[in-house]
Amino acid sequence: MIRFANVSKRYPGGYEALSDVSLHLVPGEMAFLTGHSGAGKSTLLKLIALIERPTNGQVIINSQNFAKVARRRIPYVRRDIGIIFQDHRLLFDRTVFDNVALPLIIAGHGHQEIGRRVRAALDKVGLLSKEKMYPITLSGGEQQRVGIARAVVNKPPLLLADEPTGNLDPELSREIMGLFEEFNRVGVSVLIASHDLDLIRQLGHRVLRLDHGRLVGDTGGAR
Amino acid sequence: MAEPQRNAGAPEGARVVKMGIGALLRSWLLRHVQTFFYTLGQIWRRPFNAILTAAVIGIALALPAGLHVLLGNAQQVARGWDGATQISLFLKRGVSEMRAELLARELDALPEIGTVRYISREQALEEFKSLSGFGDVLQVLEDNPLPAVLVLFPKVEQEQGPEAMERLLEQLRTRPEVDLAQLDMQWVKRIYAMMDIVRRGVWVLGSLLGLAVLLVVGNTIRLAIQNRRDEIVIIKLIGGTDAFIRRPFLYTGFWYGLFGGAVALGMIQVSLLFLAGPVAGLAGLYGSDFRLHGLDVLTALALFGGGCLLGLLGSWLAVGRHLREIEPT
Repeated sequence: MIRFANVSKRYPGGYEALSDVSLHLVPGEMAFLTGHSGAGKSTLLKLIALIERPTNGQVIINSQNFAKVARRRIPYVRRDIGIIFQDHRLLFDRTVFDNVALPLIIAGHGHQEIGRRVRAALDKVGLLSKEKMYPITLSGGEQQRVGIARAVVNKPPLLLADEPTGNLDPELSREIMGLFEEFNRVGVSVLIASHDLDLIRQLGHRVLRLDHGRLVGDTGGAR
Repeated sequence: MAEPQRNAGAPEGARVVKMGIGALLRSWLLRHVQTFFYTLGQIWRRPFNAILTAAVIGIALALPAGLHVLLGNAQQVARGWDGATQISLFLKRGVSEMRAELLARELDALPEIGTVRYISREQALEEFKSLSGFGDVLQVLEDNPLPAVLVLFPKVEQEQGPEAMERLLEQLRTRPEVDLAQLDMQWVKRIYAMMDIVRRGVWVLGSLLGLAVLLVVGNTIRLAIQNRRDEIVIIKLIGGTDAFIRRPFLYTGFWYGLFGGAVALGMIQVSLLFLAGPVAGLAGLYGSDFRLHGLDVLTALALFGGGCLLGLLGSWLAVGRHLREIEPT
């Protein structure tokens, strides 16, 4: 599902965020990405989301070599990746329903199909009763769950999450992680960047550890 | 619950399903209908901005269009003068009354000539006597000094211009019976020349104000893009194409142009209504029943079409220029 081959990323100005990273996640695998801030977690996720391009090496996602993806094709590649952000990135002038519906509208689905799939996704994250509310009226945990619903509504084979529990208390964090495990159980590959080491240890999935742009630890495919 | 069971080998998720032409067309149409109502709803919820922009566009469109209407009216008036233009053919003294009447009938049959009035030498004398007040002087003369006159009312179309009139005059001069053919051409020519200048002026003004509309729409859309920067980034992150992001802005520009056209139409009609009374009064003083004409359907359509086109073009330019600058980081 995710394959990095000797990937380096150097930003203009010379800062090397990733150096010579190689890793492989098989389809349906769930893994955590840890490391101190500035270790390169975000850069790694950005390479997978095609927000950045590697300076060296190859990124192959979903058996697609990203070096060969033209700018014009990027949106279509991103539709196969559900991304969850620490700051949720919701549209505050639209209802919960409209936020979750956005990927489906972009993909050009019909009205009924959208209604059906949005409600299914909201039901999954336990927010079906709040579809008509605006995100600003929801709590942080609820907002994050709207973000998750939006990421999965399109049924992408891969979920990326950048510090999804960064602003949540331990109880809520465990709930959110539980949601990710549920999606993983039905075959979705999940990669979560997090520094909540206690929680990660409890869950017992594969852990990739970055340090100063290098992959220094990998617990292997422990599923 | 609704999440279907997948096995690790085959989750292909949202990968674009191959669609037939019909389904593609339907989906394309659906997106446009969605954007159509979505942008209209946005304007409806925050009308102030749209009203301001539409008013500016409306004024810019109303100026050249209004001048165009006034010019059309002026041409109408000039056409009236054309009808009043008459050519006087002074016949040679030796021409008999019968020959003159024959000539009158012959000229009457020409397509360029509307009506012909024959004034015999005697009638001319009578007219002169009664109108000039010099009747007594003529008594002194033994012979009638006045020639017979044929008064022609030419039927020259506006589009043919003064040249056609000149040609007709030239043609009449070659007649053997004719001593002198006279028309005050200078006057008609000047009128036409003036209208020519005004017509070009309307074009120049129209082009400049069209450019202004383009800039106004472009700037408004540029601000809208900047206001929605976060939204654009999010849409790009979840797989929105450039076309998807561009579409609402293009529709917004289109709406601005359309509303601008409507504002312009209203302004012109109100101004004409305001002018109608005094113009009718002035026409009455000249003994004419001339009335101001409003916008014809074609000009009104051109006004709307031009507004929409300029709105679309302005937003297209702004979107093309600024959308690429916004990328997720």
